[in-house]
Amino acid sequence: MRNLLSIDELDRDGLEEMLDLTEHFVEINRRNIPRVPALRGKTVVSLFYEDSTRTRLSFETAAKRLSADTMTFSVGTSSVKKGESLRDTVETITAFGIDAIVVRHQSAGVPLQITRWTDAAVINGGDGWHQHPTQALLDAYTIRDHLGSLHGRTIAIVGDIKHSRVARSDVSAFTALGARVILVAPPTLLPSSVTGWGVEVSHGLDRVLGSLDVCYLLRMQQERMSEALIPSLREYHRGYGLTMERAARLPAGAMILHPGPMNRGVEIQAEVTDLPNCFITEQVSNGVAVRMAVLFRLLGSGTQLDVLREEP
Amino acid sequence: MSQGSSRADSGTTVLRGGRIIDGSGERTGDVAISGGLVVAVGEGLSADRVVDCGGCVISPGLIDLHTHLREPGKEEAETVESGSRAAVLGGYTAVLAMPNTTPAIDSASVVRDVQELGRTALCDIEVAGAITVGRAGEQLAPMAEMAALGVRIFTDDGTGVQDDRLMRRALEYASGLGVTLAQHCEVTSLSEGTCMNEGEWSSRLGLPGQPAEAEELMVMRDIALARLTGARMHFLHLSTAGSVAMVAAAKASGMPLTCEAAPHHFTLTEAACASYDPVFKVHPPLRTQGDVDAVRAGLRDGSIDAIATDHAPHAAHEKERPFDQAPPGMLGLEYALALALTELDMELADVLARLSWQPARIAGISERHGGPVAPGRPANLCVFDPAAVWRIDGSGGASRSSNVPYVGRTVRGRVRHTVHDGELVVLDGAAQR
Repeated sequence: MRNLLSIDELDRDGLEEMLDLTEHFVEINRRNIPRVPALRGKTVVSLFYEDSTRTRLSFETAAKRLSADTMTFSVGTSSVKKGESLRDTVETITAFGIDAIVVRHQSAGVPLQITRWTDAAVINGGDGWHQHPTQALLDAYTIRDHLGSLHGRTIAIVGDIKHSRVARSDVSAFTALGARVILVAPPTLLPSSVTGWGVEVSHGLDRVLGSLDVCYLLRMQQERMSEALIPSLREYHRGYGLTMERAARLPAGAMILHPGPMNRGVEIQAEVTDLPNCFITEQVSNGVAVRMAVLFRLLGSGTQLDVLREEP
Repeated sequence: MSQGSSRADSGTTVLRGGRIIDGSGERTGDVAISGGLVVAVGEGLSADRVVDCGGCVISPGLIDLHTHLREPGKEEAETVESGSRAAVLGGYTAVLAMPNTTPAIDSASVVRDVQELGRTALCDIEVAGAITVGRAGEQLAPMAEMAALGVRIFTDDGTGVQDDRLMRRALEYASGLGVTLAQHCEVTSLSEGTCMNEGEWSSRLGLPGQPAEAEELMVMRDIALARLTGARMHFLHLSTAGSVAMVAAAKASGMPLTCEAAPHHFTLTEAACASYDPVFKVHPPLRTQGDVDAVRAGLRDGSIDAIATDHAPHAAHEKERPFDQAPPGMLGLEYALALALTELDMELADVLARLSWQPARIAGISERHGGPVAPGRPANLCVFDPAAVWRIDGSGGASRSSNVPYVGRTVRGRVRHTVHDGELVVLDGAAQR
């Protein structure tokens, strides 16, 4: 494994292996000093063309806990503002002598494109509507951690599937791990085709609530109204928002997940986030461990896990 | 349009021993050229200069109804000269320069500028004028003024005329001038912000797609408006099964319509976009295998009149942008003949009809182009080896750009010589100037 561009690069065994590896880093993160020398001397650059708080900080935290050096290239203050091309930027960063680029871009396919211009490992931190593979890994990890396995579990992904890289990545990961996935959205928020996705589709949250092991809510964006995709956020909330009343109709032990950032009162009622079966903050902390696993897998010593032992 | 033959050898040149194929049939023999004209066709002709055409087809020069020469405005991507060199290397002796330049070809003065650039080109440069001022779709461009300079085709190519009433008026006005309107069919309210075909692949790739209906709705509207006005009309680069079927049915009903298809629309499918390489981004977008099959069938059964390249050069740095931001378009002039011979499973004469004499008629240049290969006719000829197998590389050939979507593809059929106005502009596969 040289890059992580799409979750589709991992088959069932590859996913399980990555989740197993993540266990080690969850343990490390519980230590008093959550730091190992695994990537000492390596340099990880975050190249973020799109605003992000949690993903960028999560990757940078992960890299630091592995003792890697980190650099942040934030587009707002860089030569990109002066019109520098993607290729020139990537070649310039590469010339510093770096080991990995974590890239986020508003355009689908950019992580794949830049592999043509750098010999550093490229990790997709989210590209357009396409993929967000580390999100899928942390979601799968969080579910596996609580339910033991995804196999045979029923997972609804609710909301704006069409414009969601999280949905595309989660569908691949969850189905590969044996889950039954139901996409729940009005037809306007579904992609034009889900042929080959291996999912079911529903246009009503109420119809599926009672059968769920996991209810995964996506962020609903304001601008979708102006594109005539939904009449109003209020109407969306009535049809697809997870209210306290709906949450009460979930089977006992069913998990509530959300990739953040949340629109309280739109896809999720504010009080729902305080329920004990809502694991949104746990997703965030697992995110660091998953990204440590990915960086370690791409830049580290592979299967040699000795470096992960607690220093005496 | 260079009508003279200043560059032609003063003596006689004989194209020796080829299969001569034109609209009147096929025969073998030599073609003698002198003073810019074909002077004799027959066996064992003698001359000052003999050019071997053994194993080759001698046909009227190919005619491209759809070429983006980028001059004026984007000379880093292509110029009239470099584009004309690519054209003759592809066997073309005339190309129709699209008006989406900067400034647009929407007035007599810009028409004159491009015609002037065309005088030293390696082939005839025919000029298409814009239907509306600045191709903005708001106000009719001075079509009569441009028609007086020889412009016979008008189009806002790159975009379609969106406003129904304006398109109706344009058709009526054009019919009074005896010129033809050509439409790039795309309803922008359905296609805005998209970068590929909508369907299985766009859904998977997370790229915004446009449905086939974005093209088909405008084809449908324009057939209705052409019926209303009685005007002649040409449909540019049809890419969907529905479009081909609608135009075929309208033609069968006797309407004076013509249409074209581009090599990439009978060769490539939307699956190519999975590489996220913007070299595969084009408008209209690459479609499904079903659409490719329909375009092929339309070319075979004649409902599609012409193969037109939509040769659209873009500088490398433009095509290195993210897929959704990169400009659409791909090169075609040096590959169209080979792709047609390789992909279409058609008789040679039928392929040549779609590449030469039919487009010549649509462009209104049959006096000079498209044959027949006969004494007294202008010597605009293409000589190609239909059996030559070669591999397309990414150099872009003579174009200033290299956005070639066929890199690594093995094709059959290669241009050996091209004669323009009696001048051997391509000899043994090499441009002579």
